[in-house]
Amino acid sequence: MNLWGIRNWEAVQPLLVQHLYLSVVPTLIGVVVAIPIGLLLRDRRRARTVAVVLSSAIFTIPSLALFVVLPLLLGTRVLDPINVVVALTLYTVALSVRTTFEALDAVPAATREAATAVGYSSWRRATAVDLPLAIPVLTAGTRVVAVTNVSMVSVGAVIGIGGLGQLFTTGYQRDFPEQILTGLVLILLVAIVFDRIIALVGRAFTPWIRGASLRASERRLRALAQALPEVGRLREVVSGAR
Amino acid sequence: MITFDHVTKRFPDGTVGVDDLSLEIEQGSFTVFVGPSGCGKTTSMRMINRMIDPTEGTITVGGRDISTVRPTELRLGIGYVIQNAGLMPHRTVVDNVATVLVLQGVTKRKARITALEAMERVGLDLRMATRYPAQLSGGQQQRVGVARALAADPPVLLMDEPFSAVDPVVRDDLQREMLRLQSELSKTIVFVTHDIDEAIRLGDRVAVFGTGGVLQQLDTAEAVLTRPANPFVTNLVGRDRGFRSLSFQSATQVPVHDVETLPLAGLGSAPALAPHAWALVVDGDRRPVGWLNATRQALVGERGEAALAPLGSLSTPSRTLRQSLDAVLSSPSERGVVVDDDGALLGVVEANDVLAALSAQRGSTTDDAGVLGATATQDALS
Repeated sequence: MNLWGIRNWEAVQPLLVQHLYLSVVPTLIGVVVAIPIGLLLRDRRRARTVAVVLSSAIFTIPSLALFVVLPLLLGTRVLDPINVVVALTLYTVALSVRTTFEALDAVPAATREAATAVGYSSWRRATAVDLPLAIPVLTAGTRVVAVTNVSMVSVGAVIGIGGLGQLFTTGYQRDFPEQILTGLVLILLVAIVFDRIIALVGRAFTPWIRGASLRASERRLRALAQALPEVGRLREVVSGAR
Repeated sequence: MITFDHVTKRFPDGTVGVDDLSLEIEQGSFTVFVGPSGCGKTTSMRMINRMIDPTEGTITVGGRDISTVRPTELRLGIGYVIQNAGLMPHRTVVDNVATVLVLQGVTKRKARITALEAMERVGLDLRMATRYPAQLSGGQQQRVGVARALAADPPVLLMDEPFSAVDPVVRDDLQREMLRLQSELSKTIVFVTHDIDEAIRLGDRVAVFGTGGVLQQLDTAEAVLTRPANPFVTNLVGRDRGFRSLSFQSATQVPVHDVETLPLAGLGSAPALAPHAWALVVDGDRRPVGWLNATRQALVGERGEAALAPLGSLSTPSRTLRQSLDAVLSSPSERGVVVDDDGALLGVVEANDVLAALSAQRGSTTDDAGVLGATATQDALS
């Protein structure tokens, strides 16, 4: 294996790290910011419409334009990576607010109503019922956003901060396809890994979907019996079940 | 305990859901709101825990005007059971049952211990505790719903068509369970259903609602059947009400006779039956298994237990006339099987005796209430 990327790993590795940083950080911040906005505005018709229109507007701004304009607005240096982080965070928030609305809309109305009827306050219901039940749709949306961010980072290469995207620009200038190909493959790998990780995290937080196996339920039962030793009947049931 | 004082609910589109409802629900009573859809029975019930607020009038629970109580606080003190259970799909059964306690501020640990007790009380296997609702049958989910409502031991229980989405066998089970629980716990229960049979079976008091949200009759279940207040109620309780009202008449005066029995073990070697005789086959615990006559006896060698004729419905010692009549009618031998609470054979009732008891009852009720005359007129009217 005598690939260009391996021979030049010392030059490629910092670009990979930067690419990861520039795509992961905005995705995390963006989702964390978008979820509360979604929860707060979902039942306010007017505010929700404004949020949706605003999100679409933000997303129509070309990324390159945003990279160039942000230093003027933020007072940062033109070559500061923070510009890319802010720009991608904006896109992530814009996309994720809409995803959050859709995810919350997917929670069955009957479940929401039942929660209210047994005594959940509206805020408690939002965090303890609506949000967990929104995770599957939220996860799916976040995967799309994350992959989009991974590919958008490379646009930053045009202004000199683009992680692996820089392999495209220099490779093009040097008319050196192998360098371009290396960038392409690595970006693809980053996108796939990021996507898988989010999918796995989403699964970990939705055991009621994944955990429809009776064996998992027996395992939880043993743990419960151990946590509540004073419930004698539970111990009996567990020892009987084994 | 719960009072409605001239309560009206007008919806934004102008339809009247509940029209000038005044009624009182006594502490510890099992009150059933029954009526066709759109009659305001559910709306009335949902006003008790402020899921809907009335347009006019006052509702009090335990002497407090509920419009002055924060909805969340009010609801935490009222158990609520919903059609399709309304469980939280992302919580295990034990945590679903513990919901209200946790919302009340009880620690999760203590709440779970109490929740496990509540599960046992409603007859749920503790092995279900760590399953998710999707892993349960409809009937089990409904039991979890009842356990959740009872776990925090609220004085009031609201039940919104809780058993209408489960199959008849499970519904029968749940209804029986509900009666048992109520005899132990004496909650103030408001139960909504469109099924008049369910209303009569469960309720000590039945409130019949009519179209436009007008209360038609509030009375004991027996009175609603035997003395319907108006043609609407007569129509709702239906043509079978004479038969249904037999549920309220005891059949303990109907004599229980002995019956020829054959043991299930050694069925093949039993002596041959006379041509028109029926014998009752019982198992080792004297529980009846099926009927046998000469024709069927000939098939025992080849088909074994499957050769028996089905028992028909069984009657119990505290039996009603309806039960006894049903037992006689559904039995192939024209004799209804009577069993004790453990299912062991007590004897049989004869069709003639049941009919005699029927006409005796008819005579007495006609004399003191003029039931038959009154209902006949209403039939003519409706």
